[in-house]
Amino acid sequence: MAADVLLSVQGLTTVFDVGATPLVAVNDVSFDIRKGETLGLVGESGSGKSVTAYSLLRLVQPPGRVAAGRVLFQGRDLLALSEKAMCGVRGAGIGLVFQEPMAALNPVMRVGRQIGESLVVHGLASTRQARDRAVELLRAVKIVDPEKRVDDYPHQLSGGMRQRVMLAVALACKPPLVIADEPTTALDVTVQAQILDLLREMKRTFDLSLLLITHDLGVIAEVADRVAVMYAGRIVEEGPVRTIFRAPAHPYTQGLLASIPHGRTGERLVAIDGVVPNLAHLPPGCAFAPRCPSRLAECERAVPPDVRIDEDHRARCVLHAAAGAGAGR
Amino acid sequence: MNTPLVEVRGLTKHFTRGGGLFQKGTVVKAVDGVSFSIDEGETFGLVGESGSGKSTTGRCMLRLVEPTAGEVRYAGEDVLAFSSSRMRAARRHMQMIFQDPYSSLNPRMKARDIVDEPLIIHKLGSKQDREARVAELFRLVGLDPAHLDRYPHEFSGGQRQRIGLARALALEPKFIIADEPVSALDVSIQAQVINLLMDLQQRLQLTYLFIAHDLRLVRHICRRVAVMYLGRIVEMGDTEAIFASPAHPYTRALLSAIPVTDPDAPRQRVDLDPDSVSHDAALVEVAPGHLAAVR
Ligand SMILES: Nc1ncnc2c1ncn2[C@@H]1O[C@H](COP(=O)(O)OP(=O)(O)OP(=O)(O)O)[C@@H](O)[C@H]1O
Ligand SMILES: Nc1ncnc2c1ncn2[C@@H]1O[C@H](COP(=O)(O)OP(=O)(O)O)[C@@H](O)[C@H]1O
Ligand code: SF4
Ligand SMILES: [Mg+2]
Ligand SMILES: [Mg+2]
Repeated sequence: MAADVLLSVQGLTTVFDVGATPLVAVNDVSFDIRKGETLGLVGESGSGKSVTAYSLLRLVQPPGRVAAGRVLFQGRDLLALSEKAMCGVRGAGIGLVFQEPMAALNPVMRVGRQIGESLVVHGLASTRQARDRAVELLRAVKIVDPEKRVDDYPHQLSGGMRQRVMLAVALACKPPLVIADEPTTALDVTVQAQILDLLREMKRTFDLSLLLITHDLGVIAEVADRVAVMYAGRIVEEGPVRTIFRAPAHPYTQGLLASIPHGRTGERLVAIDGVVPNLAHLPPGCAFAPRCPSRLAECERAVPPDVRIDEDHRARCVLHAAAGAGAGR
Repeated sequence: MNTPLVEVRGLTKHFTRGGGLFQKGTVVKAVDGVSFSIDEGETFGLVGESGSGKSTTGRCMLRLVEPTAGEVRYAGEDVLAFSSSRMRAARRHMQMIFQDPYSSLNPRMKARDIVDEPLIIHKLGSKQDREARVAELFRLVGLDPAHLDRYPHEFSGGQRQRIGLARALALEPKFIIADEPVSALDVSIQAQVINLLMDLQQRLQLTYLFIAHDLRLVRHICRRVAVMYLGRIVEMGDTEAIFASPAHPYTRALLSAIPVTDPDAPRQRVDLDPDSVSHDAALVEVAPGHLAAVR
């Protein structure tokens, strides 16, 4: 593991024990996040983004379970920690921001207390200090009038303000890593833009690493340094944001980028044919094969290897198997 | 100059919220004097932030909610003056499709019956005629008639949106209000449904009011667009003209907020200063055919 790697996920596999055969929601997923880096995890609904995030934090509930893998964070395997040690990691080591701030915030607790709570729980501040810290954090996330707002309840805030509060909660203990699961999906575009600006600024001021989960490639282009593309539980391509947008290697990534409307009025859009696969009925080989315009006969025989295209760029596709330097990690 | 198929003048809808026996409720001006017209065969876009009154405008036009004031003309006729039976007949020509393909279809009805229902209500054709027509509609929206006896949950989101569309098309409408028809769909499926909507427009000479959040999409399919802010239209005109030179501060903020799918593109965010919006400014022509509520 390179010295500047903060989080290294290796072969993470999470299944749901429903029905006759377990549903593999996260399938042999590996990626690294370096210090100060933002990794964008992009994919369609059901591709396994949220389950990946929950698995890292060991928040997957039965019938789900992590079946295999390692999650190395600051040199420790989180999957091997005691529950007590893991509680220390959540909040103090890794902050979490959800898509729906209203569901994640306690509706009957003033926002100031929610922000300060983890400081008190982790023994980092007294109740009195926690309140002052909450005001500071509200100011940091650009809430106007933080001294007043600290005593508000979540329902008194707009959607964008609630997401700022969520971010303040996540940042309270100054964790080195924040996981944000679709943090702007429920927001208006104008508010989304403000939150993305804020995320970028927080990254700098708090020297954060960020795992940013989204289904929107636009959001990725705005904030991420590197991108991992998920399809049907697997990472099918990973690389620097510029490489992924300029020279996508996987046919699915190519299709996603092409389907973004950027033409002028009246032009047809470039669509990916077919439907998003059902995890319970995956084809035997490449999960994208039924929709892939470049499909070969061998694609349907076995799951394609994870091919390293160059030092920082890999894709799971047979088209690159010949050219690449063998299987990835 | 085309004749407009749909004309909306001074459309207003106020909701009263809260209030009770001894208390007056607060009035929400969901739609506050909105006017626009849509030419036959055109796609007219309606954009704006959440709660700005887009859906309420669409619902008022079909009288799914009764407007407080204003005028809606369809092919020259005053829709708001229609009796309820005349209105029911008029709905044959004006249909709405909704954002959420999950909740807008009855989960206990087979796809066949969902598409057939409007034909039964309007007493169109014999049982055999309708059966043939339902299969034809299924093919028209790109669904396999072999799946007619499936229930909504057995279809994917994009397929469900197609069922909703087949149902809306059953009565051969001329005008369709599409309220965020692809917002709930996966990115890779959105383009399929948008292409279908454009194909159908060509084949069936449809006129669309297209309500949307995604300005990239609106730019793609709408020739003209209106921007709503707090219940009013603050800017309206040719889509390209508005993208090229937005005049209203809200439009500027909105356009600058569109995520740019180019990691190297420069970002110039314009934040909206609410004080820069004058709420009583009337729409004035800032360029030929380009209106904005600015002083
Ligand atoms: N039945 C109702 N009773 C009271 N208020 C309502 C009702 N329907 C809508 N409103 C209010 O009217 C305003 C406009 O709502 P509308 O649904 O038209 O917004 P919209 O522009 O379609 O938003 P979105 O983008 O979120 O769909 C909002 O303030 C909303 O809360
Ligand atoms: N509690 C659960 N029980 C069964 N299956 C689940 C559960 N939660 C998630 N899954 C399955 O895991 C897959 C990945 O889900 P998720 O990570 O939430 O996707 P997304 O990429 O949209 O965040 C989905 O196919 C979903 O059906
Ligand atoms: S492995 Fe084959 S089917 Fe899969 S993406 Fe590559 S070319 Fe297409
Ligand atoms: Mg999710
Ligand atoms: Mg709406």
